[in-house]
Amino acid sequence: MSTLTSREALVDPLINNNPIALQVLGICSALAVTTKLETALVMTLAVTIVTAGSSMVISAIRNHIPASIRIIVQLTIIASLVIITDQILKAYVYGISKQLSVFVGLIITNCIVMGRAEAFAMQNPPVISFVDGIGNGLGYGLVLMSVGVVRELLGSGKLFGITILKPVTEGGWYVPNGLMLLAPAAFFLIGSFIWIVRSRKPDHIEEAFHVGALLELSHEGDLR
Amino acid sequence: MHSTGFTVMFAAAVCVACSIFVAGAAVVLKEPQEANKLLDRQGKVLDVAGLIGDGESLSSKEISARYAENIKPLLIDLATGKPAAGDVASFDQKKAAADPATSRAAPVNDAKVARLPNQAVVFKVEDKGELKGLVLPIEGKGLWSTLYGFLALEADAKTIEGITFYEHGETPGLGGEVDNPRWKSLWKDRMAFDTHWVPKISVKKGPAGSAKEDPFHVDGLSGATITSRGVTSLVQFWLGDNGFGPFLTAYRAEKGLH
Repeated sequence: MSTLTSREALVDPLINNNPIALQVLGICSALAVTTKLETALVMTLAVTIVTAGSSMVISAIRNHIPASIRIIVQLTIIASLVIITDQILKAYVYGISKQLSVFVGLIITNCIVMGRAEAFAMQNPPVISFVDGIGNGLGYGLVLMSVGVVRELLGSGKLFGITILKPVTEGGWYVPNGLMLLAPAAFFLIGSFIWIVRSRKPDHIEEAFHVGALLELSHEGDLR
Repeated sequence: MHSTGFTVMFAAAVCVACSIFVAGAAVVLKEPQEANKLLDRQGKVLDVAGLIGDGESLSSKEISARYAENIKPLLIDLATGKPAAGDVASFDQKKAAADPATSRAAPVNDAKVARLPNQAVVFKVEDKGELKGLVLPIEGKGLWSTLYGFLALEADAKTIEGITFYEHGETPGLGGEVDNPRWKSLWKDRMAFDTHWVPKISVKKGPAGSAKEDPFHVDGLSGATITSRGVTSLVQFWLGDNGFGPFLTAYRAEKGLH
């Protein structure tokens, strides 16, 4: 892990080690904010900034954090950054922050942020932790944006609010697919995304999970 | 291993550092946030009054300018309907209704409004000095949440110009369809009052006829019976005697409307 270059830390989480596709983290918000590209983009930026910022700060003080309270310290830092981000969104992009509503606040519980803090920032120096945060935020965003493109285009015939397929309700020919605007559509799309990534990279497929494997893993000390 | 003392000190230091940043952000960003909220509210008032065309998008400057030109807010005493003294710009109805000093308990009502503010703001819509209509703030319970919005009447004080909600927590796709522009447009030209000035407009179950044939009903929201019922109750409550009834009576007397 110490040999990881910043380029790898940035690029790896996009496809190879994508937080949604491989680690299956952060699904909940990915369902909620992807009916429109605009909200998906703002959410991507918010998560990227929070992950990068919190990873950097946590990494900077990693050698001093008492092990017994490290999770709560990480959470305090993450929560503070999320509140600040939420305040900034409310001040400068009010309309979008209204649409994102609770989901910005819920970045606190987004497993990606906490996951990177615990798995990466606690063991690595600040700069590369920052880059790792950016990479993971963008990896999350990549999935969000691809899901957003499909949902907004098929669900309302638009991209970034610009009409591409003119819907019948506005005198066009396209009958919008209402399913795309509901949460299950995001499940199908994210499922397909994971399927595509894994069939191209078979090493991502976990071995069938059974108790034997679990015990074996725990003996090797890989299971935390 | 760290000592207990160090752990406690560390926790305290992290908390202090974080709270300084959070408090700092809240203080620094308060002004633009308040401005945004105000602008959002002004945009909604313009929208419900029919002063923003279909698909027209305005910059924040245009909204402020159009609002300043066409909307005249008026602080009234809710119980008497007479204009009241006070600062309109800083009046916050939610705050006023929550403070026992500036509100009273509401009589039991279907809209489940618990407290009534002593004062309220109504908006006069003007075009080049000529009165075009009235915008009234409305609120009441739906299924999950309290809906806050505006109802706009034409200058005859009974024809509905529009309705909009700026804050609610109803189920997206069901009760949340109160935000649907197509549903909102169904309200236009319907009648809020019958010939005896009793609030009559209601959201019915199923489809209603056209505004001409069926002026007292609006299509129900499918799958959202309770939200639909809530909208009926809250609109009728605020048009009634405990809401803006006294103000509207005074307004009609002044304009000679019968």
